Amino acid sequence: MKSTTLAKKSNPITKPDAAMLKRMLYYLKLTRESEWRIENVLYRQGKIVGGVYVGRGQEAIGVGAALAMRPGDVTFPCHRDFSVFVIRGFSLADIFANWLGRADAPNRGRDNTIHIGDMKHGIIPIISPLGATLPVACGVGLVLRQQGNGNVALTHFGEGTTSLGDVHEAMNFAAVMKLPVIFICNNNQYAYSTPVEKQFAVKSLALRGPAYGMPGESVDGTDVLAVYDAVERASVRARAGKGPSFLECVTMRMAGHSAHDAAEYVPERLKQAWAKKDPIKRLEEFLLAKKILTKQQIEEIDQGVRGEIEVAIADAEARPLPQGEEEVEGVYCGPDCWWRKPPSLVRGPLPVVPRLPTGAVSEVKLATDNPPRTKDD
Amino acid sequence: MALLTYLEAIRQGIWEEMERDPSVFVMGEDIGVYGGAFKVTAGMLEKFGEDRVIDTPISESAIVGAAIGAALMGMRPVVEMQFMDFIACGFNQIVNMAAKMHYRWGPAVPMVIRGPSGAGVHGGPYHSQSNEMWFVHTPGLKVVAPATAYDAKGLIKAAIRDDNPVIFFEHKFLYRRIKEDVPEQDYVVPIGKAVVRRPGTDIAVITYGAMVWTALDAARKLEEEGLSLEVVDLRSLLPYDEETVLASVHKCGKVILLHEDTRTGGMAGELAALIGEKGFEDLDGPIVRLTAPDTPVPFAPPLEEYFLPNAQTVAEAARRLASY
Repeated sequence: MKSTTLAKKSNPITKPDAAMLKRMLYYLKLTRESEWRIENVLYRQGKIVGGVYVGRGQEAIGVGAALAMRPGDVTFPCHRDFSVFVIRGFSLADIFANWLGRADAPNRGRDNTIHIGDMKHGIIPIISPLGATLPVACGVGLVLRQQGNGNVALTHFGEGTTSLGDVHEAMNFAAVMKLPVIFICNNNQYAYSTPVEKQFAVKSLALRGPAYGMPGESVDGTDVLAVYDAVERASVRARAGKGPSFLECVTMRMAGHSAHDAAEYVPERLKQAWAKKDPIKRLEEFLLAKKILTKQQIEEIDQGVRGEIEVAIADAEARPLPQGEEEVEGVYCGPDCWWRKPPSLVRGPLPVVPRLPTGAVSEVKLATDNPPRTKDD
Repeated sequence: MALLTYLEAIRQGIWEEMERDPSVFVMGEDIGVYGGAFKVTAGMLEKFGEDRVIDTPISESAIVGAAIGAALMGMRPVVEMQFMDFIACGFNQIVNMAAKMHYRWGPAVPMVIRGPSGAGVHGGPYHSQSNEMWFVHTPGLKVVAPATAYDAKGLIKAAIRDDNPVIFFEHKFLYRRIKEDVPEQDYVVPIGKAVVRRPGTDIAVITYGAMVWTALDAARKLEEEGLSLEVVDLRSLLPYDEETVLASVHKCGKVILLHEDTRTGGMAGELAALIGEKGFEDLDGPIVRLTAPDTPVPFAPPLEEYFLPNAQTVAEAARRLASY
């Protein structure tokens, strides 16, 4: 959580005003609560099907980075950066509708979770083989530089992703061409079940920056102000044509890899240590100490957030599902593009996903000569 | 009209599109100062400048990824793979990022990935592959493989104007071996349309790329024996022209599916399935596949010669089929 020897010492250039600080708290809370509903309500109710990935504990990274963006900037949020979508202009209801696979959700049921994008909001979605967005960010940076408006591309990824070849290619490509790209690594200690010591051998990922010819810095990823400031400093550099930066935001994934994963591989003491650094609690304490907000006002924010989410989920749930036969549409872009037409809507209950009844697997008799397992196996 | 090689026709097509549309630019390894390993982009840096003719590090995944990013920003990138064999290094960007993007969330992804493919120049296993089927099996991409200079120019222009990712397989054997009168005025060859290169009556030979010329050679030989081959050049592999294929089968009743790509999972298998489903009643003999064997492309000349179908093997297959 300290800067490495090669990372520049943090020298804050930003002083967010009270309004910005309140926005930070609001988006942190909105993100935490929305993801809680997704993981622990809608998914458990069977309304959200498929994978569920949340960023509990690391919300400060998305909030800090997205609030440092300007109009015309382009961002590539990762799957644990829910806040970026809201801050950049997607409506909560649209986001929930996408999780629910609705016909008039941003992806019209074609892709799930927050694989959503819209160039109007400057958001390009990830693909599941993570890391692939980094080279794409280079192409965006190339065009932004040529447009000459001082815009930047930000790309979010985890520490596990840094082991992929695309990260090497993109960081080198961006450095060689001095592209306005900010590489934001959320080091949340675990890639699925793989801890950092099995992922890389350097003391800090921030060392990777100078290795490619760009600044590398490690910041406390649970401190939204630190993230905001670091992204702002990297942006100033990028907007001035001085090239890319690498930012490691050290944090902890306070959830499983996905909703089915209890993360039992994470030692309890680690969970407890990180719980003390909760990004929301930290900002609340700061705002109370600075007398920017009272306890009463914080409770009002909580209530407002809950109300907003209720309305958005109700809106999303009321939307229709796509029609099966539309599956074949919209593969190719052309003059008669399917995506430019309104989605054809069908109203009705959610289809029932056939599942094996509980216990069914143990009743299946397998043809095998294997001896029964003993205690020593 | 000007007499152009296949390679010059590709260069002229890109050049004209760059003049016509400021959003078109080229990017790749050694394409600027050096003009490309085969010189397809020679002269472009001087004419269009560094912002539109971009030399990159050796990073196929970053090159393809950057093209996708630029395309999303409204540009029309044309990127070169120094050899199509190396496209494997950018595979994830092509099949998972570019190909699925429009289907997932709707944007246009207008980009062309082009480069030399094919054998016959003793390039060995990594400078000779015909790996088009890796992409033909990926919905969301378009795949083209021109056989003539006229088509090379018309198809590269169509590919650049297309709003989808197009993989453009040039055949390196043809680069400087064929010359043709190519119109100087603007024209495109539509993607998805095959052409009958030589009308015939007895056997339809359906092929693409350099094998079009092999088939035409065989057709000339067999004409003297009184056997008439019809040669169909697919030109586009995804989407491919079902109508022209089926019409030719209907007319001839017998068909040879020819390509220099390997056998299993090749285009010939796909066409055989199409003909089995929609042209069954027209068949007067077995569907014949004539392809490279299921091996990597070998280096030593006798091995490579054995690997590739040639006019002789086409003629022999045609004689056998004619006897049905």
